[in-house]
Amino acid sequence: MFDAFLYNLREQGLKVGMSEWLRFLQALQKGLATNLDDLYPLARAVLVHTEAHYDLYDVAFLATFKGIAADPKLVKDFEAWLQKLQEMDPERPPGEWNFENFEDMMEALRKTLEAQQGQHHGGNRWVGTGGTSPWGTGGRANQGVQLGDSGGGRSGVRLADSRRWQNYRTDQTLGVRDFKVALRALRKLAKDGEEMLDLDGTIDKTAKNAGEIDLVFGKEKKNRVHLVLLMDSGGSMTPNAELVSRLFTAAKETKTFKTFEHYFFHNAIYQYLYTDFENWEREKTSDVLNRLTDRHRLIFVGDASMAPWELFTKASGIGQAAPSGLDWFTAFKRKCPASVWLNPDPERWWNHPTVSAIGNVMPMHRLTLDGLRDAIRYLKAPT
Amino acid sequence: MAEFRRFSGSDRYIADEGLIAAVNAAIVLERPLLLKGEPGTGKTMLAQAMADALKMPLLTWHVKSTTKAVEGLYTYDVVQRLNDSRFGDHDVSDIRRYIKFGPLGRALQSEEQVVILIDEADKADIEFPNDLLRELDEMKFFVPELDETFVAKKRPLVVITSNAEKELPDAFLRRCVFHYIEFPDKLRLQTIVKVHYPDIDGQLVASAMERFFRLRNIDGIRKKPSTSEFLDWLAVLSRAGVAPKDIAGAMPFVGVLVKQEQDLDLVSRQRPT
Repeated sequence: MFDAFLYNLREQGLKVGMSEWLRFLQALQKGLATNLDDLYPLARAVLVHTEAHYDLYDVAFLATFKGIAADPKLVKDFEAWLQKLQEMDPERPPGEWNFENFEDMMEALRKTLEAQQGQHHGGNRWVGTGGTSPWGTGGRANQGVQLGDSGGGRSGVRLADSRRWQNYRTDQTLGVRDFKVALRALRKLAKDGEEMLDLDGTIDKTAKNAGEIDLVFGKEKKNRVHLVLLMDSGGSMTPNAELVSRLFTAAKETKTFKTFEHYFFHNAIYQYLYTDFENWEREKTSDVLNRLTDRHRLIFVGDASMAPWELFTKASGIGQAAPSGLDWFTAFKRKCPASVWLNPDPERWWNHPTVSAIGNVMPMHRLTLDGLRDAIRYLKAPT
Repeated sequence: MAEFRRFSGSDRYIADEGLIAAVNAAIVLERPLLLKGEPGTGKTMLAQAMADALKMPLLTWHVKSTTKAVEGLYTYDVVQRLNDSRFGDHDVSDIRRYIKFGPLGRALQSEEQVVILIDEADKADIEFPNDLLRELDEMKFFVPELDETFVAKKRPLVVITSNAEKELPDAFLRRCVFHYIEFPDKLRLQTIVKVHYPDIDGQLVASAMERFFRLRNIDGIRKKPSTSEFLDWLAVLSRAGVAPKDIAGAMPFVGVLVKQEQDLDLVSRQRPT
């Protein structure tokens, strides 16, 4: 039974280690869960270490226990089994614990589980919003917990089934809250400096000073990271404007960077970069490029998809050939090896000539929390 | 089965079943309890509630960005010693006089079991939690200056809070019991209000709550007001004698809830005219 749970958790990508698993069994053995309702929060507290994984946990929990929950007899068996667990010798490893009729129960569970899975795919909802949970909300009341909403109670499976934690998954595009975390990930670039007493220096100086104490403090380490954010704006990026503006705010409010600059462009970079689109404040791209050094970290944000000519054509002024958009991107990447591209579009849309062309110039990551982390890892040590 | 003292919330602190399960798991498994959640959801207050409910003293270690792991155990005031050595009017030969134990160091030496709160552990350097791994695992620490090891007589209950400013290392996470405190739903918030203001006008709470959740749900709001801000707001409304019907439209004392300029703009635009 519980092996199936472990297997389901690992299948979801939760790296549940042996020590945590044993700790979980130990918790059961000590009687921390006497029914499925208790099991849900207990296993989550011990086995899951971040709210980003709560949703994966819900999926694994459902896969394991939804079948049991549907059958009152199985629920009874299961609770009896949890009870039995407490009588096991805690000194012996869980693998050696013996249960009477254990195999029979497991077999019955397995069969029901399989049957239920079939039903489930058929769309037959047998646990959930109807409010007819087959197992009561006991267990909680006898702990004497004062609960505001204890009227209805929330059974473990129903909680899992509601999948309330989906928004906390880090592999999804950043929402309001995620952006705050993203801001912190960005700060990993910055090495916090602090003032420290230089003991050797102090002793030297004090000795030279004939015993009069003269404190010497070490120089504060300065954060040498310069961050430059270059954002595609308008056109196909309009749906992502809110998202990009959150990233922008996040970067701007992170005060630990030595410098922070931001520019806007439309689709591709041409002769000018804009510091403010609305007021038409702009700067020559070549000037910006000249000012940057290899210590600058560049983050481009854009969907990178545009009409091919917008990227590849050598935009010409009157009578003179000028660099194409791609030329500019290449020039930036050459000047600042620590450059990455963040793309708000899902990967499946990246199979587009302009997207892959830009992807060849610099690494492209999805504008998600995971993508941003990968990007920052790259910015710290560009290859 | 070994007896243990169960935690089930306290009369001042309303805990949901998930949190209670996590606290009890941490107690039974003798593991640090790591709490995350939006600011103002009562992470820090939980440690106080645990201490009250289990009748244990509470020691608090507020972590700052410059805090080092060892400072929680002890600090060696070398500057003071150096200073004292100048005039020979202090006994500087006893190094003990210059060792000051931090909150965790005191918790590990306590005769009775204590609750130790390591507040906002993620604020410190990224290596901070790793530096504490051994001490939290083995519940003992070594002071090289004294050449002495201190072993906990009674394993303290460790509560660690984090605002997710920096991510905590995996090795550290694996050793903790984890719980993410969700923002309370309406029913739970009502209970929380009752606990704090038993005599407040129910009508006022109802309309304030209605307005409050609408505010939290405004699309694009940067800093969602928290439970503690809501409680403050209620207190202000109640004291100022605002009538329930006056809350629905305009928001009196909105500054208690919303503190960022952009958010204020958003809120004012939301107001029905």
